[in-house]
Amino acid sequence: MLIPGSPSDAAGPGMTDSTATPASRIQRGAVRDRLFRGATVLSGATVFGLVLGILTALAVGASLALQKFGAGFLTSTAWNPVTEQFGAAAPIYGTLVTSVIAMLIGIPISFGVALFITEVAPTWLKRPIGTAVELLAAVPSIIYGMWGLFVFAPWFADHLQPWMQAHLGSLPWVGALVQGPPMGIGMFTAGLILAIMVVPFITAVMRDVFTVVPTELRESAYGLGATTWEVVRHVILPYTRVGVIGGVMLGLGRALGETMAVTFVIGNAQQISASLFMPGNTISSTLANEFNEAVGDTYTSSLLGLGLILFMITFVVLAFARLLLGRVGGRI
Amino acid sequence: MMNLYQRRRLTNLLSLSLSALATGIALLFLFWILWTLLRNGLPYLALSTFTQSTPPPGSQGGLANAIVGSLILTGGGIIIGAPIGILAGTYLSEFGRNSRMATLLRFVNDVLLSAPSIVIGVFVYELLVRTMGHFSAYAGAVALALIVIPIVVRTSEDMLRLVSDTMRESAAALGAPQWKVITHIVYRAARPGILTGILLALARISGETAPLLFTALNNQFWSSSLGQPIANLPVVIFQFAMSPYEDWQHLAWAGALIITFSILVLNIVARSFLRTRRARH
Repeated sequence: MLIPGSPSDAAGPGMTDSTATPASRIQRGAVRDRLFRGATVLSGATVFGLVLGILTALAVGASLALQKFGAGFLTSTAWNPVTEQFGAAAPIYGTLVTSVIAMLIGIPISFGVALFITEVAPTWLKRPIGTAVELLAAVPSIIYGMWGLFVFAPWFADHLQPWMQAHLGSLPWVGALVQGPPMGIGMFTAGLILAIMVVPFITAVMRDVFTVVPTELRESAYGLGATTWEVVRHVILPYTRVGVIGGVMLGLGRALGETMAVTFVIGNAQQISASLFMPGNTISSTLANEFNEAVGDTYTSSLLGLGLILFMITFVVLAFARLLLGRVGGRI
Repeated sequence: MMNLYQRRRLTNLLSLSLSALATGIALLFLFWILWTLLRNGLPYLALSTFTQSTPPPGSQGGLANAIVGSLILTGGGIIIGAPIGILAGTYLSEFGRNSRMATLLRFVNDVLLSAPSIVIGVFVYELLVRTMGHFSAYAGAVALALIVIPIVVRTSEDMLRLVSDTMRESAAALGAPQWKVITHIVYRAARPGILTGILLALARISGETAPLLFTALNNQFWSSSLGQPIANLPVVIFQFAMSPYEDWQHLAWAGALIITFSILVLNIVARSFLRTRRARH
């Protein structure tokens, strides 16, 4: 409990003029009420204005490219600043592929961590592990990028990549994904680093929704003789399914928009390759690399078009996540 | 042959071990990254790192101008963003509450919160850099403020809502007008929580690189003019790490070490702050 200070503390600006008549004080209070309320409404409107402003600025900036290339902007793989031919297909492909890899690796790990913290770990271990996993989210993305390029990629090229190619390379379908020289960098590496980066976000939501499960449900299942895994599989997961998917969506939103870490390791090549070990590009890494150097209106406008597409994708993903998380009850 | 009971026990053991393994993997990456920073950054951390400006390739120097620039930019971002965020959070918790307008604002705030930081950089470029004709520290601070605002809106609202209505009603019953109830009673009760939110926002923007690439850019020299491009740690780290010069790369690692550990400390301080506060309630 907090008690609002000593009498001298409580004497704010309005209380100093005790000689004023009550009527005028009430009136002044009402004016200040309106002013203060106006300031909060104005700040709320600023948030609205910013989001509208971002959308408008991107749409206006992108209009030249969209007019010139039409719907073909989405499907063309051309990216040639010299002939001023631009298409967004390669960056969109790279963004989606790296994010899918990040989800495929990140979701099981996040689920494992959330399970470990909520159901397995002894009480004294819960907090340190929880904090450590949350610190993964605090490491700046540029640090992930440096570590990825200078430490992880060489190790990956020397150890894991040859092993994966030897064991998966001859399989149908999967084999095509691991072809190419083991360079360390490329779309798979980018996806893997994104996976580590989204783990703390997905884990946090999963932990939150797991604790929402009523104790009676849990204990009834245990009382019937269920093992911990059975309680998780048949009671907790069905109860929290919607929230878990919402958390995954939030993580996906992060992965889609992540910039610096990806820019370091993806190789920055405007191409679509079947192999995940080949360099590629994402929307955000294209912007980071080329926006400052873009010459000519069409080039800049195409880059803004990429930004608009990215903003729309993350918007849809977020809206979906909110819809699902809203249903679990409360704000998470 | 295993009976049903043994099989259930085994499945349980297996899945719980896998969850422990997943936790181990997550922690392994954290320690791998921190170890990398210590090993590559610590040998190049010296007093000169904090006292000298960024050098041309091949000569001695430090990161002093970048550190100061980062402090200016993050400070500017907080000064611009925090008041707007607190006031908008106040609207949500004190005036809007469950109205349709407030629900919509919460959603729009989430959209801003999840907007990729590079998109925010591009937006501020279009808004300020293009219109002013050059990169500037102002533009960088505004870009960071756009990241601060949604974080502070959210934490402020959450913390203001924790203040019980009884307290508001007691103050109102004594005849205090609403603005005074909020500024003198509710803010005071929620102050530690709101400050925590600002600290977390500060931690978040300290490492942001993408929004600064197109706004504050970089500057190899001391710059005290806010209308000019300004050196800042994240962009210096990016440029130096990607450069072919070894001494630049060494400085990049030293900078990476400084920035990461400052942010980790900020995070831990903010969290423990929040925890003691929650424990008291």
